[in-house]
Amino acid sequence: MILIVAEHAGGKLAKSTLEMVTAARESGREGPVTVLVLGQGTTEIANAAAAVADQVLVADLPSLATYNTELWAAATTQIAQEGEAHTVIIGGSRSGREYAPRVAVRLDAPYLEDAIHLASTGAALQAQRYTYLARVTETVEAEGPVVVVSVKPGAFAPAAPLAAAGEQYDVELDLPAPRVEVTGRSVEKTSRVALTEADVIVTGGRGVGNPENFSLYVEGLADRLGAGVGATRAVVDAGWRPYAEQVGQTGKTVQPKAYVALGVSGAVQHLSGMGKSRYIVAINKDAEAPIFKVADYGIVGDVNQIVPALIEAARK
Amino acid sequence: MKILTLVRQVPDAEARVKINAGSVDLEGTTLVIDGMDEYGVEEALRLREGGASVEEIVALAVGPKRVEDALRTALAMGVDRAIHIETDEKLDPIALSRIVAQVAQAEGAGLILVGGQEADWDSQALGAATAERLGWPQLTWTNELRVEGDSLTGRHDVDDGNESFRASLPAVVTTQQGLNEPRYPTLPNIMKAKRKELRKDSLEQYGVQPTVRVVNAEIQTRARLNKMIDGKDPQTAAEQLLDLLRNEAKVLA
Ligand SMILES: Cc1cc2nc3c(=O)[nH]c(=O)nc-3n(C[C@H](O)[C@H](O)[C@H](O)COP(=O)(O)OP(=O)(O)OC[C@H]3O[C@@H](n4cnc5c(N)ncnc54)[C@H](O)[C@@H]3O)c2cc1C
Repeated sequence: MILIVAEHAGGKLAKSTLEMVTAARESGREGPVTVLVLGQGTTEIANAAAAVADQVLVADLPSLATYNTELWAAATTQIAQEGEAHTVIIGGSRSGREYAPRVAVRLDAPYLEDAIHLASTGAALQAQRYTYLARVTETVEAEGPVVVVSVKPGAFAPAAPLAAAGEQYDVELDLPAPRVEVTGRSVEKTSRVALTEADVIVTGGRGVGNPENFSLYVEGLADRLGAGVGATRAVVDAGWRPYAEQVGQTGKTVQPKAYVALGVSGAVQHLSGMGKSRYIVAINKDAEAPIFKVADYGIVGDVNQIVPALIEAARK
Repeated sequence: MKILTLVRQVPDAEARVKINAGSVDLEGTTLVIDGMDEYGVEEALRLREGGASVEEIVALAVGPKRVEDALRTALAMGVDRAIHIETDEKLDPIALSRIVAQVAQAEGAGLILVGGQEADWDSQALGAATAERLGWPQLTWTNELRVEGDSLTGRHDVDDGNESFRASLPAVVTTQQGLNEPRYPTLPNIMKAKRKELRKDSLEQYGVQPTVRVVNAEIQTRARLNKMIDGKDPQTAAEQLLDLLRNEAKVLA
């Protein structure tokens, strides 16, 4: 079987899980597509998973109420072994890429990380992935009785519901005691569309000037366009915006239909997180800014003038 | 406590990446110590300078002969000695973790510091895979770290924000920027580093094979429209842009 570990947040199945189902079906690997749901209070999540999968395995436990690397690794390994999975698919989120290697080591399996495309060639599973700050696309392959894969968010289309919902089963787990104690948590809440799920993203860079302008221009335009809000590292480091909004090598990787960069220089580390967007729009007062090299539409101008006009025009 | 800090060598971020016969060709490319690993080296030094009982700091690198340069940089920054496992074989993180775990055990390391994401493989797997091999906890994307006795506390980024944590050593910590500002090696320290031990091991000593094969590599840049809109008149420019997004790109309603 192909085992997918569901990603979910706020009691809802994440779009990335639907993308993993597509990845599983496109991989050419055989067997039922099985989604494992780890969490607490997971009924709605499991039902949503059952709509797209052949079967759903549910571990609804208080100890799984919040993500923990070691518990997720242990649970996934155990179910993969019991279900004799030949392919284990994990989300390419920060947490997914944190426990997936542990699962690979436990299963003595090769690990194809952050895949954007999957295909079977004979006994091997082939994956494409971005390397060198997303400037290179590499094709890698591995084989074994079991292969662990993590899938880049946004790389696969979300799976559509099947005619009949998959069966749901409760599973028993033998979990270790977590060794890392969480002593505090700061969740960066945003009322906007999550960056990895947004069709349009408006991102502000240092060129926006200050936090007040960021609200005025970046959030203002995002609200007009129903878009998610992104920020460069420079802006996050300056404390204008939360880290959750950072796009780039050390932030989120996004792939919206339209990415609007306001006062963003276009450093390679930033490009590596948004360079695969379908359309890139750049507004920057420096005609030589590297962002224009990757832009589909560019305006050389001052954000203080162009953006208010854009917000106004979008109102119509 | 002995700290093991992993050092990789990668192209400078601004360097152009070339492909030759289906694989990345680093010939003539400026190579540097991976910035993410540099935060780890710096943090090891700061832990010692900050009073943690650090017996020794050892830098480890696996790779071709040239990787020596990255280790020399770490030595010049202040690590005590270096181990270079020299090989031209390209080892994926899961295979590499087998070597790191062996070295950590042989050295009796209590803390491993490694960059959170590699700037060449864009991989985040090495720290986690190493932790699993050793049966240690791991803290990834760490931006604050303190060590007191065998207790490790700090803060790190998670999916939806950040967490403060407490764990016991031994542990693996993956580093990122924000954790510190790496120092530049000074000339006297560069001179001193030349006399520090840089041990050479061979891959055979570790009996490790790659588990993933690279089949092909290509530079794939999406062709961009590069349409420039005149920004002199903001109103007209704004309307023109929205029109293009709605009617040409069809990405806005
Ligand atoms: C290891 C590493 C990882 C990194 N990871 C990331 C990452 O994940 N994400 C990220 O974004 N960066 C990352 N960086 C940082 C990156 O290298 C750049 O420093 C950063 O992206 C620059 O942000 P910026 O474009 O907002 O600021 P700047 O480089 O300061 O650029 C500001 C731009 O705004 C323009 N501008 C100024 N005023 C105006 C105006 N009034 N109107 C219009 N335009 C104006 C300027 O011409 C300039 O192009 C990383 C760096 C390192 C070393």
